[in-house]
Amino acid sequence: MTNSFVMRSSKSRKRHAAEMRFQWMGRIAIIIAIGFLVFMVGSIAMMGAGALKQTHIAFDVDLSHNEIDPAFPEKADYDAIIKASLRKAFPDITDRREKRELYRLVSAEASFSLKNFVVNNPAHIGQTHKLWFIASDDVDLFFKGNITIDEKGNAGRLNAQEVAWVRIFERNQNIETRFNTRFFTAGDSREPELAGILSSLTGTAFTLLITFLIAFPIGIFSAIFLEEFIPQSRWGDIIEVNITNLAAVPSIVFGILGLTIFLNTFGMPRSSPLVGGLVLALMTLPTIIIASRAALRSVSPSIREAALGVGATQIQTVFHHVVPLALPGMLTGAIVGMARALGETAPLLMIGMVAFIVDVPNSILAPATALPVQIFLWADSPERAFLEKTSAAIIVLLVFLVLMNLIAIILRSKHRQRF
Amino acid sequence: MNKKTTFLALLMGLSVVALGATGAMARDQIRIVGSSTVFPFSTAVAERFGRNTDFKTPVVESTGSGGGLKLFCSGAGQDTPDIANASRRIKASEVELCAQNGVADIVEVKIGYDGIVLANSNSSAQLDVSLRDIFLALAKNVPDGHGATMPNPYITWQDVNAVLPDVKIEVLGPPPTSGTRDAFAELALEGGCKTFDWIAALKGSDKPAFKALCHTIREDGAYIEAGENDNLIVQKLNANPSAFGVFGFSFLDQNSDSIQGSIVNGVAPEFEEISSGNYPISRSLYFYVKASHVGDITGMEEFLSEFANDRAWGPDGYLADKGMIPMSDAERIEWATRAENLTNLNM
Repeated sequence: MTNSFVMRSSKSRKRHAAEMRFQWMGRIAIIIAIGFLVFMVGSIAMMGAGALKQTHIAFDVDLSHNEIDPAFPEKADYDAIIKASLRKAFPDITDRREKRELYRLVSAEASFSLKNFVVNNPAHIGQTHKLWFIASDDVDLFFKGNITIDEKGNAGRLNAQEVAWVRIFERNQNIETRFNTRFFTAGDSREPELAGILSSLTGTAFTLLITFLIAFPIGIFSAIFLEEFIPQSRWGDIIEVNITNLAAVPSIVFGILGLTIFLNTFGMPRSSPLVGGLVLALMTLPTIIIASRAALRSVSPSIREAALGVGATQIQTVFHHVVPLALPGMLTGAIVGMARALGETAPLLMIGMVAFIVDVPNSILAPATALPVQIFLWADSPERAFLEKTSAAIIVLLVFLVLMNLIAIILRSKHRQRF
Repeated sequence: MNKKTTFLALLMGLSVVALGATGAMARDQIRIVGSSTVFPFSTAVAERFGRNTDFKTPVVESTGSGGGLKLFCSGAGQDTPDIANASRRIKASEVELCAQNGVADIVEVKIGYDGIVLANSNSSAQLDVSLRDIFLALAKNVPDGHGATMPNPYITWQDVNAVLPDVKIEVLGPPPTSGTRDAFAELALEGGCKTFDWIAALKGSDKPAFKALCHTIREDGAYIEAGENDNLIVQKLNANPSAFGVFGFSFLDQNSDSIQGSIVNGVAPEFEEISSGNYPISRSLYFYVKASHVGDITGMEEFLSEFANDRAWGPDGYLADKGMIPMSDAERIEWATRAENLTNLNM
């Protein structure tokens, strides 16, 4: 019996080969997808890593009594003190143009931080101190090696003379990179070395809070009502078609809707997270409703029949038995919808949230912007140093997306254990 | 289960409260809308203003010149913007719209110039072109030499002008929605177009035909629309040394280690040359103020004097450092006076 059915016939060999081919194709597809992801995240991380470091430079600052009145230290001209101290560090510079180039090495922030230092430490008035200040974006780029020196000796916007000055600072160990806390604690700025994400991050948090508070309950209750109470009615069908269509509407349309209704009709404040949240809630509602209905539909009919069979009312059946089982799916839908809202900029343009906001918003009515908008605005800025800030802000956005999905997974597994 | 229902009810209640918590409040913050070209300059002034005074930092929106002026002209009062930035002059139709909505007191302030450059990677040779070369290289239809036009046949720069290099014409530039594109068409293409006598004559006799000929950019792939983001164009130039890009001077200024500006009509796109008006492709930047809001909105007067000040817009000011080309001394004095006296717009 050479031809037993356990022996591999050519036909079965072919079928096995087909299966192997399919499995390998699947593996290759996943490897390619992971490759793209690693490449994307890797390149962003490499570019963004630089934003975590900020170049600082130090020089002696003469806090003489002539310049600062100890009774009113906040009234002194700190800009002039910084400039005088820089001139002292390079006494052989007399040309006006060269002096201006010298002042450009230090960020415009220097006079403010010096003022803070003196006001908080009035005992130092009358002494000379070596103090560290944030370097300008051009020096920062050059010192971190993002810009190479060309054949004329220039490094980007720094000319050969300025490069030489930076070298002198370097030789005297008066220049170093430090962790850039400003990036996380400051609002937006037009100076790359001072710009931070706190204002946009707060704006995003307020906006998403409003979105969640509105879209989640409305979405869930709509889904429950449509699925459990009017499952097969003409109205239900009409509403279902409309919701499915709404889910595919381009997001800018919701922005226009928000402009006409919330801003023009109701007179809500422009650029506020409240309006942004409302618009994004409208945008995410269809996603949440569709996902929640699918989750409710996947609950086995036997659960409903058993509950009704032992005498539960319709509401008891739905809220005691069906919804708890469907909740993980509903939460996933809500989080997917919120994640989409997190990355949205187009609808925010119409309601004035694509804006330069320095102050960190303190309420849902204060002008605010959102993290993706901040990324868009930085990516559009001419200053070279915004490139790494852009990448770093993208990383922060990605971290938040991952966190949200993580929360979805945790909530899902927690609720699943109960039944 | 009851807990869960209460929780959901609480959420609903909170959202209702959030909905109700809106009321028109008196505004203590200046609101600015408008051009994305003026945005970097306007925000720089806003930031300094917020820092150096006790007023709140103004909110500056980047909506584009047209969108900004539309918002600006939608009415007067607390809930409308106080200032609109524009990378072109306000149009008569916009002034009319303003007047219809009760905004008759518009103050015009010119703030400076923006050069538009044609640039390539500095690993290639610098291009030395005339406006006529730019027109012939990029227009959809070009003169055929017999007083008529033909679809643009030129493939390399050498085809356009024998002294130019034998490099394929490949120019990355902004899409039609961009103000930079409008300005480029008006200043560079039309400037080159007018050098043909019969086309210049056409301007008087048949203006629409003149505009159609001079402002239409070719669509056969030699001009590539690269989106509104100028940084993207700069990166593409680094990747493709034979390509050229069209964008604002500040991007050339920031990336001078990797790209170089082409010489146009014998003038290099340098700060001094654009400032003196020698460089042919530069446009004026403006902002428009509602005079009625000065006094109504706190800080308006101080903001205007921060902007119309040599510390900001002068040759050594911080806006020049951001890439804006300052006006001449006489012009600065004139426009500063207009800003101070709130002189009404004169079309």
